[in-house]
Amino acid sequence: MTAIEVTSLRKTYGSRPAVAGIDLSVPHGEVFALLGPNGAGKTTTVEILEGHRRRDSGEVRVLGQDPATGGRAWRARIGIVLQSATDAADLTVAETVRHLAGFYPRPRSAAEVIELVGLSAQAKAKVRALSGGQRRRLDVALGIVGRPEVVFLDEPTTGFDPQARRQFWQLVRALAAEGTTILLTTHYLDEAEALADRLAVIAAGALVAEGTPATLGGRAGAGATVEWTGPNGRESEQTTDPAPLIARLTAAGVDLTSLTVTRPSLEDTYLTLIGEQR
Amino acid sequence: MTTTDTALPSTARMGVSRGWVETLQFFRDRTALIFSFLFPALLLLLFGTIFADDYDHPGLSAARIFSASMIAYGIVATSFITMGVGIATDREDGTLKRLRGTPVTATAYFLGKLIMVAVLTAAEVVVLLAVGVILFDLSLPTDAGRWFTFGWLFVLSVVACGLLGIAASALVRSARTAGAVLNVPVVALQFISGVFIHPITQLPDWMITVASIFPVKWMAQGFKSVFLPDTAAGFEAGGAWEHGRIALVLLAWCVIGSVLCLVTFRWTNTRDA
Repeated sequence: MTAIEVTSLRKTYGSRPAVAGIDLSVPHGEVFALLGPNGAGKTTTVEILEGHRRRDSGEVRVLGQDPATGGRAWRARIGIVLQSATDAADLTVAETVRHLAGFYPRPRSAAEVIELVGLSAQAKAKVRALSGGQRRRLDVALGIVGRPEVVFLDEPTTGFDPQARRQFWQLVRALAAEGTTILLTTHYLDEAEALADRLAVIAAGALVAEGTPATLGGRAGAGATVEWTGPNGRESEQTTDPAPLIARLTAAGVDLTSLTVTRPSLEDTYLTLIGEQR
Repeated sequence: MTTTDTALPSTARMGVSRGWVETLQFFRDRTALIFSFLFPALLLLLFGTIFADDYDHPGLSAARIFSASMIAYGIVATSFITMGVGIATDREDGTLKRLRGTPVTATAYFLGKLIMVAVLTAAEVVVLLAVGVILFDLSLPTDAGRWFTFGWLFVLSVVACGLLGIAASALVRSARTAGAVLNVPVVALQFISGVFIHPITQLPDWMITVASIFPVKWMAQGFKSVFLPDTAAGFEAGGAWEHGRIALVLLAWCVIGSVLCLVTFRWTNTRDA
């Protein structure tokens, strides 16, 4: 059974279509990244899946249930990590996690979750005293304290410094290793590449490509560019299979220290997909 | 997954848990504490001092009357305004959005708010009574009948004002303006309901009629009946304490408040969510 199933999803604000017919299918235990520029419809899509927003049309199933009518038992099985909450400022980290844990039938222990997100040293600190990165890690703690089967992470690392992002990625990997299905939205390509089993690129409310980080947008089949310094200066050649070419160059005595083989980066592919030129 | 270990927590248990964290947060927020909590006591100090013995009624100073009637204002301030501002804030800072993503019920959320507001209001009343007793010769009643009146009056007042606060939060656009918006009807009502002006009979009849529609006049009248001698009933618009009518009007507002809550409550700022 798939954890998330979306067919022909549509949502319009006024006359502007935010989501214009999206199909998605995420199997259990997968980390799926939804990639796209700001305003592409990522957050709207995720909010519909979370049950926070109504859709205009289309079919949506999360853990077999329509989020628009999902009851308490369904909510107990999903985890939502908020993007910009500033609530509970006057409570401590431990108080907040313990409080939320009390809403679930079989929560993780508060201490375990706080440890998992690396906030043990701040457990007794007021939430308002946390740094931006710590605050977001608390949001993750609150999203996973109920032992969810599906976790929604909407642009979780926006505003993080590089070190905080790496720590956050470790956390996501740890959750994924436990078999949690994760739907992640991001506009960081390295993040999608580092975390996602599969990803989809969304632009102007529609999916423009779907695949693994290695194959997205025909990236694997795309030609490589081989460059070297020959007797007449810098030379290059496009090829789908660089090995025979390199063998030929070696036989011809070309200086191999000058040789480079490049394939389109995920960023090149992404920018082509969303219709922008570098 | 078996069904035995997946029973969802009861609304009552979650409501008490909400009540605890709500109360904790309120008392830790110094600004809220000082402004919404000590303001009615400050007003009582001012009114009581300025109008000290304005009335020619033996054994009944104006300060003592204010000590009783100001309880109605204290309850409106902590129940109605704290509730209205609190929900507008919860909608803005992500509290409601977060809760909505969990298995918690809306009833548990409201229960928590009502618990917090009841605790707060009880503390407010204690502060006001202390000021009245210490400075303005308010005497606490000794007979059980008056305390019984106080009991039902307090519960009905807190529930009615709290529910109306929930309903009013739907009219407030942002937490920043909530305090200002909600204070306008509240302060206006204090003037026409016999809380700031004594006796109420010096107001034009139409004003008293308008005030009689809303709960504040009845709350003020009720608390005066608890803490003032029965002879003071003559100062009321009806010339009597009218306990039956007070209970009826407040009950009616509890019902109206519940209906308004159900009709107007929104989890978020966005219309379609």
